[in-house]
Amino acid sequence: MTGNDRPSPEAFLRQAAQEGRGRLKVFLGAAPGVGKTWEMLTDGRQRREAGVDVVVGVVETHGRRETEALVHGHEIIARRDVDHQGHSLGEMDIDAILERRPALVLVDELAHTNAPGSRHPKRYQDVEELLDAGIDVYSTINIQHVESLNDVVASFTRVRVRETVPDSILENAEIEVVDIPPDELIERLREGKVYIPQEATRALTHFFSKSNLTALRELALRRAAQAVDAQMLEHVRSHALAGSFAVGERIVVAVSELPVAAELVRAGKRLADALRAPWTAVYIETRRSQHMTDADRRQLADTLALASRLGASTATVPAESVVKGLRSFASDARATQIVIGKSSRPWWFEMRHGSVVDQLVRTIDDVAVHVLPGEPGAQLTRRGRLMVPGRWGKPSDYLWSLAMVAAMTALGRLLLAVIDLGNIALLYLLPVMFAAATFGLRAGLFAGLASSLAYNFFFLPPVGTLSVNNPENVVSILVLLGVAVVTSQFAARVRAQADLAQWSARQNAALASFSRQLTAAPDQDTLMHAICAEVGRLLDVRTALLLPSADGPMLRAAVPPEDRLEQIERAAAQWAMDNEQPAGRGSSTLTASDWLFHPLRTTRGVLGVLGMTRDDAREPVRSDQVPLLMSLLDQASIALDRMELEEESLRTRQVDERDRLRSALLSSVSHDLRTPLTTILSAAQEIRRNPSALLAETIETEALRLNRFVSNLLDMARVEAGALPMKVEATDLFDAAASAAHDTRASLLGHEVKVDISPNIPLVRVDPVLLHHCLINLLDNAGRYADPGTPIVIRARRAADAISMSIIDQGPGIAPGNEKRVFETFTRLEGSDRAKHGTGLGLAIVKGFAEAMGLSVEASNNEDPHGACFTIRIPERLIITHLGDKEQP
Amino acid sequence: MKVRHKVLVVDDELHIRRLIHAALARADYAIVEAENAREALEMLRDERPDIVLLDLGLPDRDGLELVPLVKQQSDTTLIVVSAREATDQKVAALDLGADDYLTKPFDTDELLARVRVALRNRMTRDGGMLAVTAGEVTIDLIARTVVKAGREVHLTPKEYAVLAQLARHPGRVITHNQIMAQVWPHEVEHHVEYLRVLVRTLRQKLESDPQQPQIISNELGIGYRLRSVSDAPGDEAGQGH
Repeated sequence: MTGNDRPSPEAFLRQAAQEGRGRLKVFLGAAPGVGKTWEMLTDGRQRREAGVDVVVGVVETHGRRETEALVHGHEIIARRDVDHQGHSLGEMDIDAILERRPALVLVDELAHTNAPGSRHPKRYQDVEELLDAGIDVYSTINIQHVESLNDVVASFTRVRVRETVPDSILENAEIEVVDIPPDELIERLREGKVYIPQEATRALTHFFSKSNLTALRELALRRAAQAVDAQMLEHVRSHALAGSFAVGERIVVAVSELPVAAELVRAGKRLADALRAPWTAVYIETRRSQHMTDADRRQLADTLALASRLGASTATVPAESVVKGLRSFASDARATQIVIGKSSRPWWFEMRHGSVVDQLVRTIDDVAVHVLPGEPGAQLTRRGRLMVPGRWGKPSDYLWSLAMVAAMTALGRLLLAVIDLGNIALLYLLPVMFAAATFGLRAGLFAGLASSLAYNFFFLPPVGTLSVNNPENVVSILVLLGVAVVTSQFAARVRAQADLAQWSARQNAALASFSRQLTAAPDQDTLMHAICAEVGRLLDVRTALLLPSADGPMLRAAVPPEDRLEQIERAAAQWAMDNEQPAGRGSSTLTASDWLFHPLRTTRGVLGVLGMTRDDAREPVRSDQVPLLMSLLDQASIALDRMELEEESLRTRQVDERDRLRSALLSSVSHDLRTPLTTILSAAQEIRRNPSALLAETIETEALRLNRFVSNLLDMARVEAGALPMKVEATDLFDAAASAAHDTRASLLGHEVKVDISPNIPLVRVDPVLLHHCLINLLDNAGRYADPGTPIVIRARRAADAISMSIIDQGPGIAPGNEKRVFETFTRLEGSDRAKHGTGLGLAIVKGFAEAMGLSVEASNNEDPHGACFTIRIPERLIITHLGDKEQP
Repeated sequence: MKVRHKVLVVDDELHIRRLIHAALARADYAIVEAENAREALEMLRDERPDIVLLDLGLPDRDGLELVPLVKQQSDTTLIVVSAREATDQKVAALDLGADDYLTKPFDTDELLARVRVALRNRMTRDGGMLAVTAGEVTIDLIARTVVKAGREVHLTPKEYAVLAQLARHPGRVITHNQIMAQVWPHEVEHHVEYLRVLVRTLRQKLESDPQQPQIISNELGIGYRLRSVSDAPGDEAGQGH
């Protein structure tokens, strides 16, 4: 928020999100029995009478007759039975409501926890979905179920309710406080008008005391006022009225993996509400984070999830130290307030390392730092963490240190004759610095101690004792120890930075290799498999990738391979696709699914979902892995998107190619049919008036041409149908050549056909008719392109493993690079003018027929004389090399 | 020609009938026409034609069924004239007893040549064919000798059997099955490759250029034909194959 006169973009976005969304009205009560349900039903009836389409989603009447009477007037959506451990629980049927699509639905008990196996664990999530679908909702809630007030209520009622509703739900809702004076409520309770009587009396002593009820009522009224305030503020912001509101307050709550952090989050929420400021919960990840136990990680994830439910944005920031990380994050986020827990470390720890709070306060300007007390229980865990074995190092570290000290001692003894006693002490700096830099503080101190002892014992007079009689030498010893401390501190810092750099380098390397793998994938299936394999490897989970299809999410890849997913998991995947939100274990939706599904989002919407699960039933993704996962998902989405676009463009190209072929066929057919028909028709008309042999001959030639074309079309249709009826028999290539030459002699006028076949060429097993078609088409083709008057040769030769039969002409030949293309349908090289009588089908027929018989064809150019050479290759297996002995009698 | 031969044209297409009629009239044949199988059988009985030109695609019956019926009812010569160009159809027609097969579209000269050959075969069958000349080759069916350019050619018995089979019906296509049934009467399964090898050696002995045979011509997938000098069928263009 940069000024009062400009609407903030966030406010606009929120406003936009509200458009088309249903409106929520919440009937807020201080305690059960104030008449929220009654009020809601009454209100609902008024709306219905005003012509609004109202249905009852779920209403708990608790057997109260007035309430039941009110319900009767309404259309009730039947509840859905959910089996839970033998009990049948009636839960609100959200799908039925979505299908029914009323304008307004009444949903009692917003804080209700759904039976396990329901779509959402909480009813407020059901309500959210209804609102998203554009349905207005009336609902009820008691003040103690409001998340941010949960602690406060618990503190004075000593009853902590587990069912809470995030404040964000109420913030966008219209709130109506259903209020009756505490005395009256207690009276109603006594009369049995609240709850079921025996439960009420038990509750009465704990909860329904007058002082409690008064406090609760106050809370409810204040919360309602706050909501009105917030909504007014939102209105002002989005309409940029010249109002006054708190400008630019931003709150950062620093959370840790300790349970106390949840308190910090709730305090942060209250502060944020009071200041009407956006707030962020941040976890600073340091080297220490790597030593966290799984329980710590879960606690941290819970804390961050709580913050997010309370309306905070959350972040995890890696940094060298908590203070540095927090400082840089606060400045990036332009925070004005920081909420932090008081360190519960022992005094001596803070003496050495300095307290985080102190350092923060000292090094940060312009930011208010709120320090909240920590829980005493945390201390033990903290102290336990200091004793991690890594800090002490391995025994070998100490042995090495000792060995180096011994080596220096020996060296010193040798050099004693040459150098001064005082300089001997300098020698010991080497092992001390080395040990401190390499093995850490403790080994460094150990080396310092060992050095001073050795120096004292072996060099300082009196030699051979540990007593010191020169104060100068005491200084030497202290210096050695001091060097150990300082060196180890520096080395540790360098190492910490190196570790961090290495850690982020590893992450970057992981991302880079991921991206490389994805780029290398040649097709969608490989890509999806690569995504699954890589994410699985990097996060150590089982993965599955599902894409949307007409029958719901379809499993397309999984590592390790997965055959099918359970119903609940498919539902979670579907939900994740539809709502572009994670679903399944570890999310807030359909947590009964063992798999966690994250949507793969792009600007074009959700492409699919990536599912993750672990065999050990832990949450699939640790909180510290979330940033990495997000990057991976981003890259995976982009890669999938790119692949889809590529395949789409390929499909478009193929369609274009088909269209091109089709239009080529049409133009060919219309040209090659019409031209001879036109000639025949006009020649026939002419001949009637003026009988002439020339005209008759024209008719004959054109009719023959037409006949050839039609049979080519028929042949091509047979090739493309893929089912050529074959009648393979022993065939003599002499016969084949002679028949082909005979049948094409009309079209080859002006060309002499020379048959050049080895006299002892074996018989071959082919369909003689198909081979004949191949040969006449090749001869026709040669006749069209050969230079006039040149001979055309039919040559057949026995090669080592085949017989090749070639049609060789003398002419321009085939343009280089076109040797394969000439066999494509409708390829007429060098423009269609050259192929005056060609259909563009001939060579395609040759190829189709030859391949149907198991032969191959190729085109090449001959030199000297220059020309084209088309060769049919008859493989060995079709050559009849041996006849039985029945040949001769 | 003193006796006008009578030709029955069976075709459901008016234009084809008209065309054949014109061609046959030019060669001075007597012509009767039928446009379906029923009429054809009636005509066959009433008119006793010397030759039947039969289309296979008739409206009331498949022409192939008609082939054996015609051959049973009379000793007329039967030439199938059809647009069906599949070799198995041709072989079937010939094996069922048709004397020749002509594919549409056809050349009218070709048609007349086939009719002439068929008629001569019919006459020689009655009187007995003594010798046949094809190119430089003369086959004496009585003496069982083959002379090429005045010199006797030595043939093996099988080679002669094949050649004689073709020479008995010069100009007419003899199917592989028909030849092989004569040459290898005791073989149940006939392998066309043996026939091909025999024909190749025959050509090497008889043809002046075995690469471009002029005497024994091949009908793709159907059989062989001896092109004798007298029938001079001339142009077969337009037959397709």
